[in-house]
Amino acid sequence: MTALQRTWADRGGRGGLLVLAFLVLLALLGPLALPDPRAQPDLATGTLRPPTAAHLLGTDHLSRDVLSRVVTGARVSLSVAVGAVLLAVTLGAGVGVVAGYAGGWVDAALMRTVDAALAVPRIFLLLLVTATMERIPLGALVLLLGVTGWFGTSRLVRSEVLRLRALDFVRGAEALGAGPGRIVRQHLLPNVLRPLTVATTLAVGDVILLEAGLSFLGLGVQPPMPSWGGMIYEARPYLVDAPWTSLAPGVAIVLAVLAVNLVGEALAADRGGLPA
Amino acid sequence: MTAPLLEVQDLVVHYPGGGLFRRGAPVCAVNGVSFSVARGETLALVGESGSGKSSLARTILRLQAKQGGTVRFGGTDLFALRGRALRAERRRLQIVFQDPASSLNPRMRIGDAVAEGLAIHALAPRAEWPARVAALLGEVGLDPALAARWPHELSGGQKQRVAIARALAVEPALVVLDEAVSALDVSVQAQVLTLLTTLQQRRGLAYLFIAHDLAVVAQVAHRVAVLYAGRVVEEGPVGSILTAPRHPYTQALLAAVPAPDPSAPPPRLLLQGDPPDPSALPPGCPLWPRCPHPARDAHCQAERPALRPVGPTHAACHHAGPAA
Amino acid sequence: MTALLEVRDLRIAFPAPGGDRHPVDGVSLTVAPGELLALVGESGSGKTLTGLALLRLVPPPGRIEPGSSIRLDRTDVLALADEPLRQLRGRKAAMVFQDPLASLNPVLTVGEQVSETVRAHFPVTARAARQRAEALLAEVGLPDPARRYAAYPHQLSGGMRQRVMLAIALAAEPALLIADEPTSALDVTVQAQVLALLDRLRAAHGMAVLLITHDLGIVASRADRVAVMQAGRIVETAPTAALFRAPAHPYTQSLLAAIPRLPRAAGGAT
Repeated sequence: MTALQRTWADRGGRGGLLVLAFLVLLALLGPLALPDPRAQPDLATGTLRPPTAAHLLGTDHLSRDVLSRVVTGARVSLSVAVGAVLLAVTLGAGVGVVAGYAGGWVDAALMRTVDAALAVPRIFLLLLVTATMERIPLGALVLLLGVTGWFGTSRLVRSEVLRLRALDFVRGAEALGAGPGRIVRQHLLPNVLRPLTVATTLAVGDVILLEAGLSFLGLGVQPPMPSWGGMIYEARPYLVDAPWTSLAPGVAIVLAVLAVNLVGEALAADRGGLPA
Repeated sequence: MTAPLLEVQDLVVHYPGGGLFRRGAPVCAVNGVSFSVARGETLALVGESGSGKSSLARTILRLQAKQGGTVRFGGTDLFALRGRALRAERRRLQIVFQDPASSLNPRMRIGDAVAEGLAIHALAPRAEWPARVAALLGEVGLDPALAARWPHELSGGQKQRVAIARALAVEPALVVLDEAVSALDVSVQAQVLTLLTTLQQRRGLAYLFIAHDLAVVAQVAHRVAVLYAGRVVEEGPVGSILTAPRHPYTQALLAAVPAPDPSAPPPRLLLQGDPPDPSALPPGCPLWPRCPHPARDAHCQAERPALRPVGPTHAACHHAGPAA
Repeated sequence: MTALLEVRDLRIAFPAPGGDRHPVDGVSLTVAPGELLALVGESGSGKTLTGLALLRLVPPPGRIEPGSSIRLDRTDVLALADEPLRQLRGRKAAMVFQDPLASLNPVLTVGEQVSETVRAHFPVTARAARQRAEALLAEVGLPDPARRYAAYPHQLSGGMRQRVMLAIALAAEPALLIADEPTSALDVTVQAQVLALLDRLRAAHGMAVLLITHDLGIVASRADRVAVMQAGRIVETAPTAALFRAPAHPYTQSLLAAIPRLPRAAGGAT
């Protein structure tokens, strides 16, 4: 059985996978069938319309179709989150393996850097950088979220590597004459993959929220490109009069984060068919 | 007489002291140990926990640092080697560990684990690996079809056989067996011991057999060195050590082994208390506080006895006599 | 004489894909008051689970199957409610395990753990419990018991920890001691000390012992009877001398043949 099959066998994991698959499909195919999310067809009478057959989730203050914007926002929010997390995990795994395997002063230097970085709240770092920039391209946002997101991962990977290093099969490989590259590739990385997958999955949820928060503050994804956080930001004045404009992206955020966390928890509970 | 295959002289291994409650005093795991192993020979290193036997094994394989002494393998000083030369020499010196559960990578198929040494040292073209792996698995008494399995699908005895095949793949001259059969059930243990003897005869292997179980040692060793508190206290041919030991510690160790025989006299308690703390060794004979020898005296407490010939063995005891 | 412990047709089930597994599959045994019964088996034979089942300590999702019967001192163990079961544990039968470090609470001193057990079973003051605990620690041969009362488990050697475990087990004066591989993690000279202590305690308290082990060597000179377990069943039960002299079951025969033996000549003579 693969990890995917075992996650599917878990009740929460299956729910999470279904919701995620639904969101991803929607993000991929939805824009083909829906109106242009940037189109403002009727600024005179078509603004803040409640849900109708033509606009399933109603329209916003610029008469744009809310469903279309939520779906396109899924593209933006999910790809920002996945991109940032992949970058963070790669950095974190690299630093963690180097620190754990090299040991000595390399380890000490890297880990003190991580300690220092962890002592500064991530949101503060993000605000500091975004506030100094006029306009943030999507790529820069991914980079920023990735570069500020690897500290915890590196610690996790380092401690796993320290545990594995002491095991006999790693010593045995050294005795066979295996060099550091082979030890890392063949013996350490495959064994940190599982905790790493769990951490990665859970981190996606965090980054979705973080991006939404930044965009809500007007510092993340820039209008008119739709993102879930940005939509809620724009919908603030109409919270009472046109609740659908903020409710729709809000529900999308909750669903995505919940689904990702359910999958992460199913992965964490699973031992991959290995004995404890 | 030809030069020994492995020659260890005055080896010293210390660990920095520390921990939450004790600070400062270094842990003296190995305190000047010398021995040699000839080609095709089995030397058993016997000792209880804290005797330094596992530190010795790891140091000989250069898996950890030493603080003094030399380790020569085939005439080459192992600690003078670096990089590629070290890796090439290591090929001739392999190790099998105690715990079958941790001696194989859980994420590596059996076949890949056995082939790893072939890959590292480019001992055969890749196309020949499956045949080599099958031959090695057959040699250790396993079904070659196991190559496609994962470690968790194997029993403890099977895993230990795989670990042996993995070591044999690089054609070593000496294999360190670090408590390699201690975790196995007796019936499986007997089979693995037979396998080790067969392999030794077929391949001319030398073994450094590290164990705490004297009854197991009796079956495989040619010579025995008894370790206590990081020192060799007695060394000699297996027959002499097991039937006519001269050092009081060896005698006590043997007396403590319960005989699987209801009519045998119950084991005699010759030693009280625990082995000494390796970070606070007594100045004289390390056995002095627990020694059951009737002639034990102030001399023992003041001066550490050196290893000297006593009858057919060498014993480090001021009072060991030639006649038992 | 009635048996102190009587186990009839004990079956333990663990759910598994494709139907339950039964690692213990119809075990029956008896232990008389004061008797030492050795339950001998290799890993996976079900001997440890059998020992745990006697005090209803089978780890979930395992469960004892209906139809099994365990009577300890005329009490039906499987029918007990939670509170009487707690009283039975320790008072009627106590248990010591292979790994004393894992069985002791790392944040309490060993003395506190002994006196806690005393107070759990007897209505005594803290002061009296402490005195009793010190007496027990002295009885199990812990050197300098008054000082060691305040020691934490990690500050003791493996042999001393196993002595503390025995003191805890003795605290409620049980009629039966279940000892699961009590010396397997110890060095041979320390093992000899702990086994000698076990013999002495058994004689002093008239306690019955169920000694669960893989090591026929420690059984030979000390068990009254031996039960050999293989794949969840007891294949042979016999008085110790008879079992070693003429093992009836082929498995017992192979087990005895596989034991590594020391050449015994002048061994140990000084």
